Amino acid sequence: MTTATLTPPRSRTGTRGLSALIGAEAKLFLRDPGNLFFVVFFPTVLLIGMGYAIPGMREPITDLPEPWLGLRAIDLFAPLMLCVAAATGGLTTVAAYLAGYRETGVLRRMATTPMRPQGVLFAQILVQFAGVAVGGALALLIASVVFGTPMPQNSLLALVVFLLAVAAMFSIGVLIGGLAPKGSTASGIGMLIYFPMLFVAGLWTPGPLMPDAVEKVATYTPLGAASQAMNDAWFGLGMPWLQLVVMAVWAVVMFVLAARTFTWET
Amino acid sequence: MSTTPTASMPSVTDSSPATEPVVRVSGLRKTYGDKVAVQDVSFEVRPGEILGVLGQNGAGKTTTVEAVAGLRTAAAGTVSVLGLDPQRDPAPVREVLGVQLQESRLPGKLRVEEALRLYASFYADPRDPDELITLLGLQEKRHTAYDKLSGGQKQRLSIALALVGNPRVAILDELTTGLDPQARRETWDLIEAVRDSGVTILLVTHFMDEAERLCDRVIIIDQGRIVAEGTPAELARQGRTGVTFQVSLGDALEDVEVLRRLPSVTSVTSTDATTTITPAQRRTDSGTLLEITGGPTVLPDVIIALHSQGIVPDEVQTISPSLEDAFVALVGHPSEEDPT
Repeated sequence: MTTATLTPPRSRTGTRGLSALIGAEAKLFLRDPGNLFFVVFFPTVLLIGMGYAIPGMREPITDLPEPWLGLRAIDLFAPLMLCVAAATGGLTTVAAYLAGYRETGVLRRMATTPMRPQGVLFAQILVQFAGVAVGGALALLIASVVFGTPMPQNSLLALVVFLLAVAAMFSIGVLIGGLAPKGSTASGIGMLIYFPMLFVAGLWTPGPLMPDAVEKVATYTPLGAASQAMNDAWFGLGMPWLQLVVMAVWAVVMFVLAARTFTWET
Repeated sequence: MSTTPTASMPSVTDSSPATEPVVRVSGLRKTYGDKVAVQDVSFEVRPGEILGVLGQNGAGKTTTVEAVAGLRTAAAGTVSVLGLDPQRDPAPVREVLGVQLQESRLPGKLRVEEALRLYASFYADPRDPDELITLLGLQEKRHTAYDKLSGGQKQRLSIALALVGNPRVAILDELTTGLDPQARRETWDLIEAVRDSGVTILLVTHFMDEAERLCDRVIIIDQGRIVAEGTPAELARQGRTGVTFQVSLGDALEDVEVLRRLPSVTSVTSTDATTTITPAQRRTDSGTLLEITGGPTVLPDVIIALHSQGIVPDEVQTISPSLEDAFVALVGHPSEEDPT
């Protein structure tokens, strides 16, 4: 077993062909129906499903204070879908891809060429990020067009929260992918974390509907913080400093852990 | 070990002095925790040759070539590839060394041509992917995804990927394992074509027939040490204690002891003539077939002894020693037996 740090390739030989590698990973991403569904379409499908399948989702909620007065439950889900997209990419596909690439020797074969296996990691993260961004954007578009959901009041903050959420989720994905011996194991571990993450993010109790006790704990989880901060950006509730710091700390700590423990070979 | 090993000695410089070795390994040692994978291995690979690295699974073959490729850090010893040091600075070595590793797959949906073009993009001076596709007979499969290829086609693609960087040295690890006989023969022809194009090859295998067919020289590794080194024919002779031949006698020999008493004879076994293999022998239904082993002069000694008894053998067939025999003698068990 060999461990290596995730330092980016330095020499000229390590980056030659990187654009071709990114292109190849993008093609492979698009050829995998599972990827396309979960990363790109799942947040949208989830939103539409909830909007039409659950009764009362499109009725205004009566007992909510400002600034949520007059909003419908479905409107509370729109910002949440960006968090769902980040978690789906990071916890399910990134982890499974990386572990699978190690398991099948893709990383090992890469290590025999002037391209470094770190290049595969980089390309994979870039492509998955693009998938997550498209998936999130698609969900927002549908929310706006189909349900007439309001867009964020603070777009810049929403973007920052989205990027931090992706960073935190992807770093956990890389950590899992670097440690799990098999792609299927990584998938399983990812799923095990994925559902509690969705819970603390408020998929079952969005925004102001989350009980206070749960909300206090959720603030310190990466996706709970992301969801709360996203709400603040959406409905103009001020600067969620604590949540931003929580996400950044998760991202940094998980990434450092991943860099220290990532195994390139079986 | 029954045979004197030539381990840890630089190979005899009987070839022309101008041929500097392409790969030089000296005193290589590699441990994984408490487990010693490679004890002490030294050898050289000369330009344009196919050197076979033989041994059982777990003998240390793969670890040795991985150290040559710079994929493993050695605990001790030095490695040089074309004057470069893969242990200290592996980056330049990767440009000139092609590696085909055992059990390294590709992403299932990557297509043949895409894989070759992708890997070609990593090198400063790659070979033309189209030329390799033709050389490896993958034209029909150019747009086929890796998962849809047969075992032999996957192996050929793997070899193509090892060659796409236009390497001067190639390491091929267990390249015919899992292939059917037809695919194995085709792969062998291919390896010879690659060597003829000027690539020096380190071939890791545990198949003796593959080594006999392809290798100019072989080293046999057992428990992390080289236990024999030489051409397959040299090793095969080393493995046998003497000369063995079969004689079929039309007339029955009344007393086999006549032969046993000859000083150069070590053993005489009588075989039922009807069970023999060659048609010539099968014709001597009524006669006797003897398998005789002995010293260097055993063949003339036996013929003279038979002649003095008034017996002229119908047929004499010497049995060529095989690398397999040598391997068993050196390592103590058949090559294809897997101890793990």
